Amino acid sequence: MIWTNAVLQGLLLGGVYALFACGLSLMFGVMRIVNLAHGDMSVLAAYAGYALVAHLGGDPLWTFAAVIPVAALVGFFLQKTLLNRAISTGALSPLLVTFGLSIIIENGLQQIFGANDQRLNIGSLAYESFRITNGLFVAWFSLLIFGVAIAVLIGLQMFLAHTRQGRIMRACADDQRAAALCGVDPKRTYSYATAIALATVAAAGLFLAMSGSFAPTAGSNYLIYAFETVVIGGLGSLWGTLIGGLVLGVAQTVGSQFNPSDGVLIGHLVFLSVLIFRPRGILSHGSSAVAAAVR
Amino acid sequence: MTLLRLEEVTAHHGHLCALHPLTIEIDAGETVAVIGANGAGKSTLMSVIAGELSPSAGRILVDDVDVTKLDTHRRVQLGIALVPEGRRLFGTLTVEENLLVGAAVRTKGYWNLDSVYDLFPLLISLRRRRAQLLSGGEQQAVAIGRALMSNPRLLLLDEVSLGLAPVVVQRLYQALPVISAEGTTLLLVEQDLSQALEIVDRLLCLLEGRVVLEGPAATFDRQAIANAYFGHHVASALGNAASTGP
Repeated sequence: MIWTNAVLQGLLLGGVYALFACGLSLMFGVMRIVNLAHGDMSVLAAYAGYALVAHLGGDPLWTFAAVIPVAALVGFFLQKTLLNRAISTGALSPLLVTFGLSIIIENGLQQIFGANDQRLNIGSLAYESFRITNGLFVAWFSLLIFGVAIAVLIGLQMFLAHTRQGRIMRACADDQRAAALCGVDPKRTYSYATAIALATVAAAGLFLAMSGSFAPTAGSNYLIYAFETVVIGGLGSLWGTLIGGLVLGVAQTVGSQFNPSDGVLIGHLVFLSVLIFRPRGILSHGSSAVAAAVR
Repeated sequence: MTLLRLEEVTAHHGHLCALHPLTIEIDAGETVAVIGANGAGKSTLMSVIAGELSPSAGRILVDDVDVTKLDTHRRVQLGIALVPEGRRLFGTLTVEENLLVGAAVRTKGYWNLDSVYDLFPLLISLRRRRAQLLSGGEQQAVAIGRALMSNPRLLLLDEVSLGLAPVVVQRLYQALPVISAEGTTLLLVEQDLSQALEIVDRLLCLLEGRVVLEGPAATFDRQAIANAYFGHHVASALGNAASTGP
């Protein structure tokens, strides 16, 4: 039962990781940008939620409605003003720009909020749970996050597969210059993609802030988990990202059953073995029509 | 009426001069072929007109509007569509999705999914297949269809016949008069003269980035074209100083 519980909790945790990583996956898939500030952007969203609640009060859950649209706008203009310019000068520039953003965000947050841990208190929702069988409990909030994560991933997948803008996004991912020849403005499409990515990472950041504590420098750790999730699943594939998140989550919780401090380590080891044995990820692109449809 | 006008357009690939000051006019409704050997500057000319390559000097006018500084996608909105060399389809998208992306600029006109499928019936059964799984001829049909979806006024076709079997090329060329009949001006680049000569009104022969022969297709015999193509009668005049791009 202990092991079943570990796997179950791991799956729930994996949903968060998938939600967290899908923006990274999208930005890489569509415009080959590796966003090194991805983790910090989620922490920034967490602090935004924290500041809103501190000044305006109320249940932290309402901050989703405020932070996510703002994050999308920030993403749109970040891409439009900074990243589009960086892309056109080569592959290294976006890497350096996002690395710089990461440093700016971390230090900016320390400057404003200090280095102490903070949390977004959602009251009893944080610990209320229901029992499945003896020894098998599921927290409502974990289940909520998991549900949202799956819904976001499916929604994103549907958007890419079945909408006009999603189709254009995939076309740009395949061949940006050919898309321009079809009358598509690739840079505008990229701005939409980053808007979506930042909206999802903001949601993940708020969820993480509500289910634990966070500090200005937490972003780098999150970034590693997001990377591992994306790489385990296969670069640029959304279903791969979901599976990668689940694998990483289960590896961490099952690992901590052996020794509470070993969970993260086991997660890293699983990631490394995927790199060794399936370097293109569990769902390497081309392995399924769906994965390819997203790439 | 002049649809496209290039005024003293020069283009470079790095330090290589691919187009020497070039002045060309294309009238609305014409079908014009640009011919020439490898490296004559044909594809460069197409890239410059479509907006993929900025000319180093000169102006490009569409309906007397200067488009020299416009991005590629803005030119599509003005009615210039390019079927690029090597097709450049969206490999992971299906045939139909490729066509629909071609309609990203929402324009009214004859061309839509139905009329493109009418033009290339072979695509109907392939509509759900991913483009990277198609044969070369099928890909070329999709590429032409995709460009038509924006209802262009000027369709640029870069090396339609490249790498395709003669019988396939013949079938693709049968589609061009239909496209022309619907009011689209065609500017095509070819190395393979036999197909192009059958359908074009006018011929432009490029040699090392210069126009060496121009006029109604019917007025030239094969020998004159071949001479211009390989530069026999102008080689001495040009000298070997001019180098050209790919």
